[in-house]
Amino acid sequence: MKEVEGGPSVLYIDQHLIHEVTSPVAFLGLEKRGLKVLRPEKTVATPDHNVPTINQHLSIKDELSRNQVEMLKKNCANHGIVYHGLGSEGHGVVHIIGPEMGLTKPGMTIVCGDSHTSTHGAFGAIAFGIGTSEVEMVFASQCIMQPKPKKMLISVNGKLNKGVTAKDIALYVIAQISTSGGTGHFVEFAGSAIESLSMEGRMTLCNMSIECGARGGMIAPDQTTFDYVKGRQFAPKGEEWDKALAYWKTLKSDANAVFDTVYEFDAANIEPMITFGTNPGMGIGISQYVPNSDKLTGNDKLTYEKSLKYMGYDQGDKMVGKQIDYVFVGSCTNGRIEDFRAFAQFVKGKKKADNVTAWIVPGSRAVEKQIVAEGLVEILNAAGFELRQPGCSACLAMNDDKIPEGKYSVSTSNRNFEGRQGPGARTLLASPLTAAAAAVTGKITDPREFL
Amino acid sequence: MSYDKFTTLTSPAVPLPIENIDTDQIIPARFLKAVERKGFGDNLFRDWRYDKSNQPISDFPLNQAKYSGKILVGGKNFGSGSSREHAAWAIYDYGFRVVVSSFFADIFQGNALNNGILPVVVSPEFLEKIFAAIAADNNSQFEVDLQNQKFTICATGESADFTINPYKKHCLTHGLDDIDYLVSMKEEIAAFEAK
Ligand code: SF4
Repeated sequence: MKEVEGGPSVLYIDQHLIHEVTSPVAFLGLEKRGLKVLRPEKTVATPDHNVPTINQHLSIKDELSRNQVEMLKKNCANHGIVYHGLGSEGHGVVHIIGPEMGLTKPGMTIVCGDSHTSTHGAFGAIAFGIGTSEVEMVFASQCIMQPKPKKMLISVNGKLNKGVTAKDIALYVIAQISTSGGTGHFVEFAGSAIESLSMEGRMTLCNMSIECGARGGMIAPDQTTFDYVKGRQFAPKGEEWDKALAYWKTLKSDANAVFDTVYEFDAANIEPMITFGTNPGMGIGISQYVPNSDKLTGNDKLTYEKSLKYMGYDQGDKMVGKQIDYVFVGSCTNGRIEDFRAFAQFVKGKKKADNVTAWIVPGSRAVEKQIVAEGLVEILNAAGFELRQPGCSACLAMNDDKIPEGKYSVSTSNRNFEGRQGPGARTLLASPLTAAAAAVTGKITDPREFL
Repeated sequence: MSYDKFTTLTSPAVPLPIENIDTDQIIPARFLKAVERKGFGDNLFRDWRYDKSNQPISDFPLNQAKYSGKILVGGKNFGSGSSREHAAWAIYDYGFRVVVSSFFADIFQGNALNNGILPVVVSPEFLEKIFAAIAADNNSQFEVDLQNQKFTICATGESADFTINPYKKHCLTHGLDDIDYLVSMKEEIAAFEAK
């Protein structure tokens, strides 16, 4: 909108999403200044980080969590913001419900006080996570101040191998360019392997773009995008649709666009991925061995060794065959219908391993209903799995879904930081397919063996 | 958020020579349930500072009396991960005003600046020199001069220039935040919306 002299640009925000954890202090700040939310109709709220994933009809047991959720509800009522409460039709993880309702559209600017806002970039939107001060800025002015990011192109060409999903592309790319490789950049994903992905897959990939340090990730909108948006609750209708579509078709980066950094990868080199360490860049192909630290020096080496110690792994260990204890399927990374279809199809006719506790958590009420409507619940139940209720759950373990200390969890979420899934928990990030293979065998297993 | 103005600072520093220190380590998610901005400093680096029975872990730098000061020196890619501003609040609340690293994650850097914390980026070589100076003398002093954008190792006199966005520098020096500025743009915003 405007550039401050010698400073950041002022960016107008088309859609603001809020949740219970990063908004209360922003509301408080706003009230201290005697201000109201400037454009409440451009903000949508849902509680997701803190909520239990069973018995949602009961009052939340944890007092602090309950307080945060109630505070969000109250703040929304005071400021005229639409609130999708627990158990309501619109409830779910904020990054799942936005696209589902058709709030997320190509060309928009979208922010949320949550780093995985990058998810919405799958629609060709400019979407990124912000801090609480910035949430307050959007409340007060519908704008934020942002330095101009550099542009990065990551293209993945070729046909994806059997058993390789969008999650594997994400983990592969992060392993290649590291968790800081994208810092300062906005990433555009392109190439035939990316174009072949469904919207769900594209969301998974853009969701994880933050894990390479990027401000956000995006994919140019195409027919797949338009088909997904069409007919959704907040999608334009009739003549408005035609107008919007004509505009969206102009959004593609032109062929001569200049990028500050370019990476090209061959889809043929990607196999199902799994992480072995404590950041999302520490991922390898599932058939590989834990790399050794010979080439590292100084703090790099110490950090690497500290990480392996936390995980209880040794250099040179083979990943396949390692015992696991928990499986978590869900989160804004892999909590959409396609993920549960893949998981259910895989476990169909098999049985959950006895040593595994599995938490199968839909990303939203709508996903939950779809799982039921498609008869996936019966498949899951027959294989010994129970479906829980929507929320962030074990992705960050702010509710009761905590992995106990020292236990291994194969998780479809996005972060394997120390303690992310509970104090002392050991997280192995993977796709829903790889999670399914682990769930039925009780150990790390190459899903391709079953496909 | 209101914070104290920042101009210059001379202080010893606390070393944390670990890379990729993510915001889940700076402040674990279970401490994000507050609805006010208070008391986060107690839980800064909670799981590195305290064991399961809440006893301080003696070899963690923040628990070692020999280290003190308002400067935190971290390994590269400091502040990666979640956008939680609580990480910046915890660092400020604990008493740090400057964080030095060879690399910061974007969102953390923005959050720090919005909360009166100065992120200072130095070269990997200079970062090693800082760690070495602290190792040689735990009480080694460092000078941070925001006006001249200079970070100096007092013991050796070596210094490094750092960059900061001029607008952010202005805000930090005067204790201002972006919201006042944006609210003052009301009419321009309305005009933009009308387009
Ligand atoms: S599912 Fe995980 S990453 Fe996504 S919004 Fe929730 S806590 Fe954040």
